[in-house]
Amino acid sequence: MKKIILSLLLACGLIAGNALASGGNSIAWDKAPVKTTDLAALQNGAKMFVNYCLNCHSAAYMRYNRLTDIGLTEQQIKDNLLFTTDKVGETMKAAIDPKQAKDWFGANPPDLTVIARSRAGHEGTGADYLYTYLRTYYRDETKATGWNNLAFPNVGMPHVLWELQGDRRPVFNTKTENGHEVQTFKGWEQISPGTMTPQQYDQAVGDLVGYLQWMGEPAQNTRVRIGVWVVAFLLGLMFIAWRLNASFWKQVH
Amino acid sequence: MADFKEISPNASAGEKLLNWVDNRFPASKMYKEHLSEYYAPKNFNFWYFFGSLALLVLVIQIVTGIFLVMHYKPDANLAFASVEYIMRDVPWGWLIRYMHSTGASAFFIVVYMHMFRGLIYGSYRKPRELVWIFGCAIFLCLMAEAFMGYLLPWGQMSYWGAQVIVNLFAAVPFIGPDLALLIRGDYVVSDATLNRFFSFHVIAVPLVLLGLVVAHIIALHEVGSNNPDGVEIKAHKDANGKPLDGIPFHPYYTVHDILGVSGFLLVFTAVIFFAPEFGGYFLEYNNFIPADPLKTPAHIAPVWYFTPFYSMLRAITSEMMYALIACVLAGAYLGVTRAKIPALFKTAVVGGAVVLVALMLSIDAKFWGVVVMGGAVIILFFLPWLDNCAVKSIRYRPDWHKYLYGIFVINFVILAYLGVQPPSPVGERVSQVGTLFYFGFFLLMPWWSRLGETKPVPDRVTFTPH
Repeated sequence: MKKIILSLLLACGLIAGNALASGGNSIAWDKAPVKTTDLAALQNGAKMFVNYCLNCHSAAYMRYNRLTDIGLTEQQIKDNLLFTTDKVGETMKAAIDPKQAKDWFGANPPDLTVIARSRAGHEGTGADYLYTYLRTYYRDETKATGWNNLAFPNVGMPHVLWELQGDRRPVFNTKTENGHEVQTFKGWEQISPGTMTPQQYDQAVGDLVGYLQWMGEPAQNTRVRIGVWVVAFLLGLMFIAWRLNASFWKQVH
Repeated sequence: MADFKEISPNASAGEKLLNWVDNRFPASKMYKEHLSEYYAPKNFNFWYFFGSLALLVLVIQIVTGIFLVMHYKPDANLAFASVEYIMRDVPWGWLIRYMHSTGASAFFIVVYMHMFRGLIYGSYRKPRELVWIFGCAIFLCLMAEAFMGYLLPWGQMSYWGAQVIVNLFAAVPFIGPDLALLIRGDYVVSDATLNRFFSFHVIAVPLVLLGLVVAHIIALHEVGSNNPDGVEIKAHKDANGKPLDGIPFHPYYTVHDILGVSGFLLVFTAVIFFAPEFGGYFLEYNNFIPADPLKTPAHIAPVWYFTPFYSMLRAITSEMMYALIACVLAGAYLGVTRAKIPALFKTAVVGGAVVLVALMLSIDAKFWGVVVMGGAVIILFFLPWLDNCAVKSIRYRPDWHKYLYGIFVINFVILAYLGVQPPSPVGERVSQVGTLFYFGFFLLMPWWSRLGETKPVPDRVTFTPH
């Protein structure tokens, strides 16, 4: 019992600690839809990833043929997702020259293999962050790229998906709190439409983020599936161990 | 040396083989001494699972570690990628890696539980002082092992955590900078550091650890196990010299430990398969970003099992030094006015206090923070000689002792919690009070443990048959 109380205390302390550690100045993260088991969404996400991200970002630990795990055949991967020079067993390398990338954006575009795992934090999962980030770009002429982002202020990357989403502008409420003017984010104003409706865009970004999350740990679905059996086995083992122990200890007086 | 034993020619092949071995190696003798005729008290409770579980986790760590080393590359340019290679391309690599990373945290959980058991039942008291000291040395080794292993994935937290901790050694007067240089093998944490930490993590420390574990168990089996009542079962033996309250370790505690093992594995595998990151506490999110010597993360925190000690380190500010100096002076005053010692010793106490205070005023608080952090572990070694209570077990101590131990645990948990947090003025104050309480608990134990009325200790262990 003491152990249970102790572990509860520990858990509360640690969890509360996590919540208090926040202190970012950017906006709250939206909840990303869970798509890591939805093969159609993951395939669409993979396509978007190859079309929009892979030009500048690599996924240097991810092999193309691992995409067979989300239901694609090697032939489909070769036909639709590979650059002509690549082989299906190779890892996903960026098309851009790192030196040029640094000149253009001020920093090397980070590798995206485990980006969804690394961006998790007190505000939510890494998927939540990416889902928010890819949906909060806005026009900002003061920036070199002409784009800025609410979830990642002064971001170096331009809005790659702008054709899909269109141009938008954030609207803020200005309030006076304790003698200071405080701006709170109110909503978006569409300046020019994209090729997708806002609902379609959210759906597409959800697929892309689902893919990034899956790519962060391709074994994650296998892991959970096996885990259920392992736990079931151990429950059985525990029952046998409990009865075995009881039968031996009956002799102890 | 035993006499050579002939066996009847009619004996079975198995018996003949065993006899052949026994004439050359004490196989049966050791089996009897440590298992079938090692008599353990029959009143062990829940807390006595954690010793065997610690051994299990040690084996898990060694076996998974062997397989990880087959694929891991201790090279600053390759290390991060090789871990992802294990996670993706090595068959079952993800499982091995998660077992090892979860095993590290599990090790500390079971060891903290094991130490707490020893603390409340007085398992460190005479004649088990060496069992306790070997155990403390194991804990120290474990900390070194975990710290150096944490650098190997070469993520941002690996890198900056190591940077922060190694830099602490630079605070040691005179030799500090050279000492830090010796540990790193470079002016910053780099490939050289990764290589030496790898070497220490996979061979040097585990060798010491294994030796200490053997010593811990041999010492334990020499004196026999303590129990929740803290009474010596050897005081009451039957005609054959077998303790009346003892039962053979095998089969009674082997089947008992199988139950403990299956319960532990249930929790352990649930974490591995369903929450291997454990909310960022077993695998920190930042560590999925490759180490970047040019980009310092906003908040560097050690893994959860080090945070109580890290809190104590951070608690020692230059302001806190005045509180510590006051403690030293108060101790010296009490020593001079109250202790019944010769005048020469009193002079030594005053002289020692003056020198210590002078050093505390002249050397940077950062160094004293390191001293306090190290001292928090080292002080455990002295526990057998700090406790002056008439009884061993918490069961027969005055009730307020139980509350004191309760506060000690809560204080430790609060320190752990604060160690995860970014520094804050309130947190700093709380951790300073917590640090003083932690040390007060041990350093004042010779006095407070004597106070209050103990309850009568039974002659025999209390046991209700199952």
